[in-house]
Amino acid sequence: MGGSASFRLHKAFVVPAFLAGALVLFLAFFYFFGGWTLSAPADLTLCNGDEPQTLDPGIVTGQLEGRICLALFEGLTTRNAKGDIIPGQAERWEHSPDGLTYTFHLRSGIKWSNGDPLTASDFVNSWERTLNPVTHSEYSYQLYYLVNGEAYGTGKLNDFSQVGVKAPDEHTLVITLSHPTAYFLELTSFQTLCPVHLATVKKYGRDWVKPGRMVSNGPYVLKEWRFKDYILVEANPYYWRPVPVHRIKVLPTNNAMTCFNIFYSHKADLILDTRSVPSILKHDIKEEPYSHSNPFGATSFIRFNVKRKPFDDPRVRKALALALDKQDIVTKITRAGEPIANSLCPPGYHGYTAPRGLVYDPAEARRLLAEAGYPGGRGFPDVNLLYATRGAEPQQVATEMQALWKRDLGIASIHLRGQEWGVYLNTQQMVDFDLSLSAWIGDYNDPQTFIDMFVTDGGNNQTGWSDPQYDQMLAKSESTADPAQRMQILSNMEKILVEDEVPVIPVYFWVGISLYFSDKVGGFEPNFVDDHRWGEFYIPGKKP
Amino acid sequence: MTALILRRLVLSIPVLFIVITLTFLLVRSAPGSPFASEKKIPKEIREQLEKEYDLNGPLWHQYAQYMWKVGHGDLSISTQYRNRTVNEIIAQTLPVSVTLGSMAYFLALLFGITCGGWAAIRHNEWGDRSLMLIALLGISIPTFVSAPVMVMIFAIKLHLLPVAGWGSPDQIILPAICLSIPFAATIARLTRGSLLEVLKLDFIRTARAKGLSEDAVLFRHALKVAILPVIGYCGPAAAGILTGSIVIETLFGIPGIGPFFVNSALDLDPFVTSGVVLVFSSFLILFNLLADILYFVVDRRVKLE
Repeated sequence: MGGSASFRLHKAFVVPAFLAGALVLFLAFFYFFGGWTLSAPADLTLCNGDEPQTLDPGIVTGQLEGRICLALFEGLTTRNAKGDIIPGQAERWEHSPDGLTYTFHLRSGIKWSNGDPLTASDFVNSWERTLNPVTHSEYSYQLYYLVNGEAYGTGKLNDFSQVGVKAPDEHTLVITLSHPTAYFLELTSFQTLCPVHLATVKKYGRDWVKPGRMVSNGPYVLKEWRFKDYILVEANPYYWRPVPVHRIKVLPTNNAMTCFNIFYSHKADLILDTRSVPSILKHDIKEEPYSHSNPFGATSFIRFNVKRKPFDDPRVRKALALALDKQDIVTKITRAGEPIANSLCPPGYHGYTAPRGLVYDPAEARRLLAEAGYPGGRGFPDVNLLYATRGAEPQQVATEMQALWKRDLGIASIHLRGQEWGVYLNTQQMVDFDLSLSAWIGDYNDPQTFIDMFVTDGGNNQTGWSDPQYDQMLAKSESTADPAQRMQILSNMEKILVEDEVPVIPVYFWVGISLYFSDKVGGFEPNFVDDHRWGEFYIPGKKP
Repeated sequence: MTALILRRLVLSIPVLFIVITLTFLLVRSAPGSPFASEKKIPKEIREQLEKEYDLNGPLWHQYAQYMWKVGHGDLSISTQYRNRTVNEIIAQTLPVSVTLGSMAYFLALLFGITCGGWAAIRHNEWGDRSLMLIALLGISIPTFVSAPVMVMIFAIKLHLLPVAGWGSPDQIILPAICLSIPFAATIARLTRGSLLEVLKLDFIRTARAKGLSEDAVLFRHALKVAILPVIGYCGPAAAGILTGSIVIETLFGIPGIGPFFVNSALDLDPFVTSGVVLVFSSFLILFNLLADILYFVVDRRVKLE
């Protein structure tokens, strides 16, 4: 029996000791390797949607990366909270009457975040870097508006001095455009045209965007960046004006429900991205005081492959457009209060009137379909509807469309074809589909960002559609200096697109949803470009 | 035994070689490009991008360049996170997953073996049946269901623990528990089943006949033999649990390596995909070897060969 007693004693001792030992080891491991960092507390925490691919303003393409870049860097112009263009690094500018030459005057005494003076030649050299094919900037086409910009950007010209940007002195930048560009001041506020500190880029190569190395010129500097964990930015002491919020923490949480939980438990003050709001909650939280929505310059639409039967016949394309009950889709599936779209350009572009488009009319749709040889949908060939399987919504929208066309046109041969995002993009670029569920977010605040997509063989056309008259009208609009006349030409072009030829069916306009309590975050105003500069943020009731 | 371990480790090199080759070729043969975007990239830019990442030219050439780098310990650059090398991504995310995973593994062993043993002693009683029902639920309810429910109860309703995040010890508790549940449940069922078999054997009857206490019979004799199938399970399970979980790490916003196993393949990022597969295979080989050694230590009948 003695053996048994000592065994019990032994056991009683071993288990707690084992547990304690394991806990100590574990905490030590957590401390040294697991990223137990006590970062400086932030004044504002926001959910940004995902881990940024990079923070190099010349390379960045995505919106979530762009937001951080525009906190760290600043172009010649910037935006206020309402989204209007205001002076940034340039204090004023003028342009020639023909709209081809812009002269920017930089603020005096502006500096980089390491104290180096920032001069006009920094802009020239940064743009040279972005345009140079070796830098492989996917957005370098934003500089193609410059004289010889495209030639240099595609390697056809090797002498950058022939490109339309010059720095006659430290504070003056003279830009020559190849044709009048009404939205040029929008482009100069975009991250692609922000300057970079070339000495730093050269010194560190790919690693220059890391904390402790990055030198920037915007309202904030990069303080900490823990991969997939958080980014911390702090007010840039050398920025030309003080900013109200000192430190901002950026969470890369990419799961919408997790983002919402973090916000709901007050661990984040602001959710910036519509994609970070769980789609099943969009409708239910619409009336909550923290939910804010605004129209936003983006459209979901369907691309036809006009090179394949039966969509080579405009009557069939029109029939499908007329028979699509868009109201059903926005009330049943997307549910965030999206307006239905009969035009490709979202409403809200200054001075632009979009055409009426094709309004839901199933009777007329059936007539057109019968005229094209498919009465009641009979004999309609098998076609596929391509969509990306990124999130559940595209599949739901596609399924609903399939049902709606069956209901109103009797077409039962539309098959769903979901593909992974990367594969979907490839299929769409190869125009290897019949119908494709697509979307476009405007690059700048002008209808041209939607309309010039469908020029013959345009990189983003992806429908096979081509119309010489359309191409001529685009060229004409680009050489028209009178804004009203230009807008009229663009509107006529859009009419061809959505009423006459119909290579696309607009479905609905996006709404931007952001979550925040107005008593905790100020300076965040809904704006059409969904562009919120962090230098505009303030905390209500707190003096900077 | 040292010679044997060395031999196993040397043999693992060709295995890893084959794994990394297959992964790289599979990702590269998927339609689409890692550089695809909604906007069409000018041809000149695309060519420069492909050149920068050594993804130009014929596939065998890309493969040869990649293997040359891998041979020198360089797992190349991520095509998705443009400023990061694959080595850097693994170095930053793997320790996080290992930390979370070791906590979950510890919980799984502790609760799995304890509950399994307890259920075996109370064979067919009320306690055994309810525990095994719970274990069955634990195995069959996927973590993408159990984790949000746990968050709902313990973080949102009761405010006991944070909803998500990483950086303070309280943020590890919920994800570790959620991650451990299916493993703990499996270990409990394995322990119980194996212990019940062992308790029927002759040497247990002998031990009891000699007058040993039930505790001594159980812990000194039965468990030692009954643990063998558990060890067999725990080797590969450790590789799985320590290299992170896409579900848990995504739901709790944990900066671990788990999501890369799926997302890097969806992003068509050939280097990150091959890199994380390499990590997982190495863990698998290593923990299987450890399990075999443990077999040998626990049960002298096992011969390592």
